[in-house]
Amino acid sequence: MKTNAVNMTEKEYLLPGNRTCPGCALSLAYRHILKALEGRVIVTVPASCLTVLHGMYPVTSVNVPCVNTPFPSTAASATGLVAGLKALGKEGVTVLAIAGDGGTHDIGIQALSAAAERQNDFLYICYDNEGYMNTGNQRSGSTPLGAISGTTPILGKQQNQKDITAIMEAHGIPYVATANASYPLDLYEKVRKAKTIRGTRFIHVFTPCSPGWAFPFSNTIKIGKLAVETGWVILYEVEDGIFRLTSASESIAKRDNLRPLREYLMEQGRFKNITEEQINELQGWVNTRWKRCLDRAVNL
Amino acid sequence: MGTRDCQHICGESSPAVGEAGKTGEWRDSFPVIDQEKCLPVRQNKPSCFLCWLYCPDAVISRTIPIKINMEYCKGCGICAQVCPAHAITMVHEEEFCPNGTD
Repeated sequence: MKTNAVNMTEKEYLLPGNRTCPGCALSLAYRHILKALEGRVIVTVPASCLTVLHGMYPVTSVNVPCVNTPFPSTAASATGLVAGLKALGKEGVTVLAIAGDGGTHDIGIQALSAAAERQNDFLYICYDNEGYMNTGNQRSGSTPLGAISGTTPILGKQQNQKDITAIMEAHGIPYVATANASYPLDLYEKVRKAKTIRGTRFIHVFTPCSPGWAFPFSNTIKIGKLAVETGWVILYEVEDGIFRLTSASESIAKRDNLRPLREYLMEQGRFKNITEEQINELQGWVNTRWKRCLDRAVNL
Repeated sequence: MGTRDCQHICGESSPAVGEAGKTGEWRDSFPVIDQEKCLPVRQNKPSCFLCWLYCPDAVISRTIPIKINMEYCKGCGICAQVCPAHAITMVHEEEFCPNGTD
């Protein structure tokens, strides 16, 4: 039976009254990730918005065990947790390493790459808000071309983001997927599936950030959906090398109605100084990637 | 808090609701539900519940009728945007209680 809002588990592992901004997509995504793992999880988190969500000693706003780890060592600490569980003979507990785009694309990539090469048995989730939002919106390896950030305040960033999912896929790990906080059921299904697979699993979750991207916080879901409808985010999963489009991206591909990227960019204040050339460059990047996904998908 | 059940002080945090205080105080707009428009109330059976699904702070209950925990609702307005029946509207705090009283 397919999961929906009526039959999904009601138990909450993320408690109300936490420190996230109003309308935080990370909070929404994390809520469904923990639901999908049913509390049988040990979380390891580097410095990020998620540590803010987890709260200050001696109180925490999550109901699951969590380790706070230094910025570059998320995947290394997950490797240690897996080894510890194995030594104690504990089974049925998922080790979840969850870091932001700064902790994945930039600072944490060597530990992650090494762990994926060793095929350590944990689930790594990168929640991508396209910048170092917790410390004041500095640019990261995931900030798009033309976006204004704390360190690119006038002209916007001059380089485009890197495709972290493709980088992780190249490690030959058993499960790689992309998800979006605006499609929580798709995210839930992917985490449920990843839970049953052994080896390093990677899920890239797109989480719009209202203060950092300068849009009203009631629009979080709308921006996330626009990102998928314009092809900025493509929802797919790669299981043992087999590529499948999922959820809204699958239906958009079948109906062939990708919307122009401009609609997504114009909704956000961070693109207020973007030039026509940059919009065209981004649209070209989206088109190339979309075509590559259509060619690879086995379910169209 | 910060101690084990045996009262021994430790470096672990304990889970609790309201870690950041009463986050309802952050709110500048109230979600107001029109129960007559709400789908589960109209059909009198569990259905829809998109507001529950999309609430980032888990303050909406999956009951008939739905209830919002105003003590911790940050007033983001996502529930009002995702409601397919437009049963939830965001009302500015000043309009709701003009004298500044709750």
